[in-house]
Amino acid sequence: MSTTSNILVEMRGVKLKFSDKVILDGVDISVREHEVLVILGMSGGGKSTILNLLMGLIKPDEGELIFKDEDLVKLTRSKLNTARSHMGMVYQTAALISSMTVRDNIGLPLQELSEKHEEEIDSIVDAKLELVGLKDVREKLPSELSGGMQKRVGLARALALEPELVLFDEPSAGLDPINSRLIDDLIIGLRETQKVTSIVVTHQMESAFFVATRMAFLHEGKIILEGEPEAFRQSDNPIVGKFLASYSEHKKDKK
Amino acid sequence: MVWMVREMVSEILERMAVHRAPFRLEHFFYQCNRVGVGSVPMSVLLSVFVGLTMALLTGYQLERFGLVTLVPAVVSVSFTREMGPLFTGIVLASRIGAAYTAELGAMTAGGEVDAIEGMGIGATRYLIAPRLLAIFLLTPCLTVIGIISGIVGAAFISNLTLQLSFGYFFDEVMTNLLVKDVMAGIVKSFFFGAIIGTIACYKGLSVRGGAVGVGNATTSSVVSAICTVIACDSFCNIVIVTFFP
Repeated sequence: MSTTSNILVEMRGVKLKFSDKVILDGVDISVREHEVLVILGMSGGGKSTILNLLMGLIKPDEGELIFKDEDLVKLTRSKLNTARSHMGMVYQTAALISSMTVRDNIGLPLQELSEKHEEEIDSIVDAKLELVGLKDVREKLPSELSGGMQKRVGLARALALEPELVLFDEPSAGLDPINSRLIDDLIIGLRETQKVTSIVVTHQMESAFFVATRMAFLHEGKIILEGEPEAFRQSDNPIVGKFLASYSEHKKDKK
Repeated sequence: MVWMVREMVSEILERMAVHRAPFRLEHFFYQCNRVGVGSVPMSVLLSVFVGLTMALLTGYQLERFGLVTLVPAVVSVSFTREMGPLFTGIVLASRIGAAYTAELGAMTAGGEVDAIEGMGIGATRYLIAPRLLAIFLLTPCLTVIGIISGIVGAAFISNLTLQLSFGYFFDEVMTNLLVKDVMAGIVKSFFFGAIIGTIACYKGLSVRGGAVGVGNATTSSVVSAICTVIACDSFCNIVIVTFFP
């Protein structure tokens, strides 16, 4: 009981097909509180789909998606919306509302889902912007920001409602090493200082090993390996080995 | 489309059940300004020219039978029952319907709609409700403006070419125009507003395939809205003529 109460998210036998293509073929995975789970896998393998399933944006064909002891699949929309307000998602493309300023983007969930006054919202927006290291962009439009800044604003928006779970979809994709490291530091900082649980989908191995407390490898719709980063390094699974070797060889070639 | 409306209504009801406003009033007024005030110049311009042309051609035909004095009655009744609502519908389908589809389509393609939904805000309530309500309520207002503009255009050309004075023209309009004619035009325009808004928003939310998808959805939205408005107009006319002769 003490183990299950520690689990924040659990996927049990999740299956999903798009037309005839099997995307997830019985995914079982659990995420404990205050951990950073990194999901690795080939491109198009369904990693981002897992995040979309958790946000309730798509429904699985089979299986259970447990968040805080409730099956997201069976929730009514209003309860699902309540569950969503305990999660935040940082999208690969940031997905900021292009017609709104940074302030309005971050303030949007607060205005719509909380009873806070504008002054309180302003101070939360400022605090979140400071957290992600962007103090002077409040009145800017997303199009006036760089990719890295947009992702950080996306993170600030995801954190606006103080979620327990933050989902990161390729947080470092397309970013330079400095911005990439900045995002990684923020993920670690969230876990250490705010006790936020994170699920990170990424291809950046360096980043993955840096932020992960646990890792999972998704291949052909199934989790074929799950464990701590060290277990991944020493894994004798041929697919995982090949994936990690490609990364190491690529790094070596560059040198 | 039915799914979208059902989702929107149930999201609004859930929101009201917890004593929260269904959507932000500033969003609604912004859309009203766009749909209503922003469409007035185009609606007036189009209606004046259509009214003018209609009076000119009707007068030209009736003059041969010495019935030119019927022009005010013919123009006012046909503009109030038919041309005013129909042209307003076409103006709104092309001006506002296209804009709704394009902006919602761009938001869908850019993942913004999913982001709003993922935050638990309710995308249909937040994005669709103010737009739909604005076009539903403002279409009849624009129709009235369009009808008045058309009649003024007709009066102007009748005065110039058919020697019908403004006083005579407007007296005839008031004598011949019945309340049921006005009601027929206004009731139809409520339907037109709902049709244009629903099709435009649905097409916007259904966009697939980036910029090309947005373009295709916008074209499809305008074409579908205009065709549906014309079909609805015919249906309404059949119902009105049959049940309220």
